[in-house]
Amino acid sequence: MAASSATAPARASSADLTRDQLLELYYWMRLTRTLEERLVNLYRQTKVVGGLFRSLGQEACAVGSAYALRREDVLSPLIRNLGSMLVKGATPLEVLRQYMAKGDSPTRGRELNIHFGDVEDRNFVGQISHLGDMVPVMAGVTLSFRVRREPRVGLVYVGDGATSTGAFHEGINFAAVQRCPLVVIVENNRYAYSTPTDRQCAAERLADKAAGYGIPGVRGDGNDVVESYRLTREAVDRARAGGGPTLVELMTYRRKGHAEHDNQSYVPAGEIDRWARENDPLDRYSRVLGERHGVVAEELERIDTRVRDEVDRATDLAEASPPPEALDALAGVYADPPAMPVLWYREGIRSAVQAHERPASWGTHDG
Amino acid sequence: MAEVTYLEAIRQGLTEEMERDASVFCLGEDIGKYGGAFKVTEGLFDRFGADRVIDTPISETGFVGAAAGAAHMGLRPVCEMQFIDFVSCAYSILTNYVATARYRAFLPCPMVVRGPSGGYVRGGPFHSQNPEAAFLHTPGLKIVYPATAADARGLIKSAIRDDDCVLFFEHKYLYRRVKEELPQGDGVVPIGKARLAREGKDLSIITYAATVWKALEAAAELEREDGLSVEVLDLRSLLPLDDDAIVATVKKTNRVLIVHEDTVTGGIAGELTARINELAFEWLDAPVRRVAAHDVPLPYAPQLEDFVLPQTSDIVRAARWLAAY
Repeated sequence: MAASSATAPARASSADLTRDQLLELYYWMRLTRTLEERLVNLYRQTKVVGGLFRSLGQEACAVGSAYALRREDVLSPLIRNLGSMLVKGATPLEVLRQYMAKGDSPTRGRELNIHFGDVEDRNFVGQISHLGDMVPVMAGVTLSFRVRREPRVGLVYVGDGATSTGAFHEGINFAAVQRCPLVVIVENNRYAYSTPTDRQCAAERLADKAAGYGIPGVRGDGNDVVESYRLTREAVDRARAGGGPTLVELMTYRRKGHAEHDNQSYVPAGEIDRWARENDPLDRYSRVLGERHGVVAEELERIDTRVRDEVDRATDLAEASPPPEALDALAGVYADPPAMPVLWYREGIRSAVQAHERPASWGTHDG
Repeated sequence: MAEVTYLEAIRQGLTEEMERDASVFCLGEDIGKYGGAFKVTEGLFDRFGADRVIDTPISETGFVGAAAGAAHMGLRPVCEMQFIDFVSCAYSILTNYVATARYRAFLPCPMVVRGPSGGYVRGGPFHSQNPEAAFLHTPGLKIVYPATAADARGLIKSAIRDDDCVLFFEHKYLYRRVKEELPQGDGVVPIGKARLAREGKDLSIITYAATVWKALEAAAELEREDGLSVEVLDLRSLLPLDDDAIVATVKKTNRVLIVHEDTVTGGIAGELTARINELAFEWLDAPVRRVAAHDVPLPYAPQLEDFVLPQTSDIVRAARWLAAY
């Protein structure tokens, strides 16, 4: 598989973006990458207690597409959309606390990695692992915008793999019939875990699925941050104007395994190196900023330093965060009752539970 | 006041909630102009319009997921399953997404999934199911299953007002057979509270939905023919269960028969038996026994369906065994 855009410079113009905004796109991409690199270190130190999911090489489509939204618009990220969440207001501190299962993490230790949301203010929805399910959910989120005549838009990400699910089909079909203001982005990163896209779907272009739902489908270079922004922005504007959903397929490449443990033995030799060498979204964009917008190396270095400092500060804070209180596990299943009862054989041993808030092994509370 | 059927009571509860709260809306297959396969939503489309009574594509995952998304944004959706048998198509999104939303992401998900359930209607394997036990095992969901018209109206209101997802099972055998005057006023029935359908002192039958009526028939026969005083407890809410009411009836009669229409293995009777063991073992004078459907898919022919499902005569026979123990 060739790196489709190879060494070609980003072909999109700066769209409607100012120089400051163009630099901001660089900042979000760099923040995504640096934060993930930090997470790798913490993972190797076993401070990340679960799996680690990278978006290396996919920062442009995540950042560029999310940048097309307004604050009041709702975004539904997937596991490779750390960049999108940062753009939408998630902080490195939240992400670090979440990966390290801290008690003051956004989910108080209930969920893993970037599975968290905020629909009160920053407007992104906590995803689940069942791929495709967020499409019907976002159809409903945007249905509420339509029936209340709110000028808001929803954006939902799926991977190439999730387009095979029934939930994707049912959700996008529902949104199309109801003309919901929804943008569906297929991040085609060529692999779903180990399965290449041609074993996932016989259609050459996933964007062509749009025709079956009677909605527009477009395809673009997901490693070009400005093109990712521009194509998403067009779809967002159409949705906001009452034009219904659009399917946007952004072509990219997953340079790391499904998760950090995956050795990528299924990838043909040389493929990853070629993408890293010829089509790295940050390298490409740095060149574009220099050649087209007169951004000098020192400007980008200043951003890189700022990002490093931010991630350092967040890491210190996250490491100092407390673990969750064990009994908090029973709270908040329902609004009413507010907590589930402690089972009889655990009653009266609160002190014992507290003493072992970091279990030493699986399946036991007291080692 | 005029008598109202169980089905009309559901419609009345829905209508009253939609009038009370503009955030309540319905979605499902053929529920708009057509009024639904059983006409539960008849008239609502004309009254509330296409944005509040939404005809959906045939896509249970799609519209249950959409209901969840709308609920996150502050609406209160009521999904109709054309037959509750099709709720299994939405099992994944209900158990994985909806039921966990509050816990894992602090996402409010106030929604109702309702639909015609149950057998005794010659519906065959796919229009007669009682899948409530499949959801009993999912923290985050609530389950109600009324037997009377008053409870149907009162519980649909509570379900709509609840801040979490409530599965509202309607028994289609009762839709037009049960008819009664509804209480004045709001008539809200709280979730989690059982109803004493008949008082007695010799033996308790714990049940819900259509078999409440069979248990009452059996109780009358046992009183008439055996002089037995049989108590019938209608659970109404299956998740959460009303432990207090269950324990109270056990302590009163010391003999318990659990009756449900769902198949016996893995049915709710097993959970009830375990609770009675844990909470009131010393009060039992006899083992807890169950009358439920045989473990087969529900067949169509009357001779087969009637054999598989629990009948009044089965309840009478089991109660006599318990009383004599």
